[in-house]
Amino acid sequence: MLRYLIKRATSLLVALVVASAVIFALVEVVPGDPASFMLGINAQEDTLAALRAELGLNGSLLERYFSWIGGMVRGDFGTSYTYRTDVAGMVADRLQVSLPLALYALALSMAIAFPAGIWAAARRGRAGDLGVMAATQLGVAVPNFWFAMLMVLVFAIQLRWFPAGGFAGWDKGLLPGLKSLTLPAIALALPQAAILTRVMRSALIDVLSEDYIRTARAKGLSKGQVLRRHALRNAMIPVLTIIGMQFSFLLAGAIIIENVFFLPGLGRLVFQSISARDLIVVESVVMLLVFAVIVVNFAVDLAYALVDPRLRSRE
Amino acid sequence: MRGRLSLWLGLVLTLTFVMAAAVSFLWVPQDVTQLAITNKMKPPSGGHLLGTDHFGRDILSMIMVGARTSIAVALVAVGIGMGLGVPLGLTAAAHRGGWLDEIIMRGNDLVFAFPSLIIAILITAVFGPSALNAIIAIGIFNIPVFARVTRGAALSLWTRDWIMAARVAGKGRARISLEHILPNVTNLLIVQGTIQFSLGILAEAGLSYVGLGAQPPLPSWGRMLADSQTMISLAPHMAIFPGLAILLTVLGLNLMGDGLRDWLDPRLRRAR
Repeated sequence: MLRYLIKRATSLLVALVVASAVIFALVEVVPGDPASFMLGINAQEDTLAALRAELGLNGSLLERYFSWIGGMVRGDFGTSYTYRTDVAGMVADRLQVSLPLALYALALSMAIAFPAGIWAAARRGRAGDLGVMAATQLGVAVPNFWFAMLMVLVFAIQLRWFPAGGFAGWDKGLLPGLKSLTLPAIALALPQAAILTRVMRSALIDVLSEDYIRTARAKGLSKGQVLRRHALRNAMIPVLTIIGMQFSFLLAGAIIIENVFFLPGLGRLVFQSISARDLIVVESVVMLLVFAVIVVNFAVDLAYALVDPRLRSRE
Repeated sequence: MRGRLSLWLGLVLTLTFVMAAAVSFLWVPQDVTQLAITNKMKPPSGGHLLGTDHFGRDILSMIMVGARTSIAVALVAVGIGMGLGVPLGLTAAAHRGGWLDEIIMRGNDLVFAFPSLIIAILITAVFGPSALNAIIAIGIFNIPVFARVTRGAALSLWTRDWIMAARVAGKGRARISLEHILPNVTNLLIVQGTIQFSLGILAEAGLSYVGLGAQPPLPSWGRMLADSQTMISLAPHMAIFPGLAILLTVLGLNLMGDGLRDWLDPRLRRAR
């Protein structure tokens, strides 16, 4: 197990280094000089030079890369070109919206998918199963930002149950904040829940057709006991893969949903920063998101090893 | 029976939109490049079956022309993903635990780790928004999906006795992968392919919605939705019909994929 862990940790590190290099290179290609962008076309040459020095734009490519990475590691994400504030502070602000939103959506997705998938698998081919599968077909096919717009039309404009957009903030208490995240979270969770339900169902059905399930039934265990003791544990491998994948979908999907609801999250920050040519913000936020996703994938890999001992003992 | 029903329903829905896209090259109810402001935001009527938008353009015509973009982008993106992802996944599984497996899977994790939409936005910011950049951005992120699914399924197959038998019989890894593993993971690939196709159409719509997909004056479903957003309480039909077009196309493709899987796999047929 220890060797497996060390091996995984090494590849995690390599992934992070390569990812940061790719992001840095991609952002370097973006045309335009941030200093002249900030000061406008009438800027004096010496003010431009001073600003470039202040922003750390003068060093060589390698120097700038390492100072960026060094800063990230120390928690210093640099200073935004346009807002003239600490990027780390901005990210922390935006995370208060994006992270609860992603977790809210993930929780909704699992809360719907697990019972629905298990329930459908247990009555495969019968009416209940067909109903669940028809619902997932719709859930997978609905464009979530369109669904979000329709929810705004019905629940915000017509019924006035929820705000049509914006974020109330956490300082007014938990409820107003959650209220402004509810419609976005439902919109985000809907397609993910449908996918997860299908995966849960088909993984269970695959496992249920294995010989050891028949053996367990033959030795006198009830259907429910077989499901709990033997089937669910083995069906969790594909389910975990999908949950790992969903985390990145939720983070990235948020950028569009945040647009529908005008939520001040990380996705909107990236979008605004790209149009403002605020590269240091783009770089740092994208790196942070990538970091989060790589670490989550790493955790999913470890979870595999815990669930399935066979994968631990690699030859 | 259910499989047959899915197959036919899916086929009809998919063909409807493919036909709509094809016909739009020859004929549309109204030229979508012609603006008629006096006729703007009209609800559905005999003259305009699905109503008109904020420029007075016929929404049915816009949806027909928009279908081309959606289908083309998603189709090419899935092709890129499968063409590169499946061989990578098979190779990785065949060399499980070896350096080849390690390189492929770490490379995979790397692509996978990039939040695709955010990188797509980055790509379009660097190289300019266009349908082609949307295809590349969506396609690249399909590769690790297919590689992972293929490898995951192949790994469990490699531990089976009949694979051992094939190895004892002297077959090489590549040959076993092609002759024994690939046919047994096709099922999963069809399911994943339909999911990725629907995700491709949805992703294209999403990119167009934030203004990074196909550019004006070419109509696209995502941008029609973006245009409708501020007018949703005045003219809900502007939002409802393009969204329905996306929903029904994706639904059709998925139903067709499911139906095909059931029809192609004799094991599933016997089980029912």
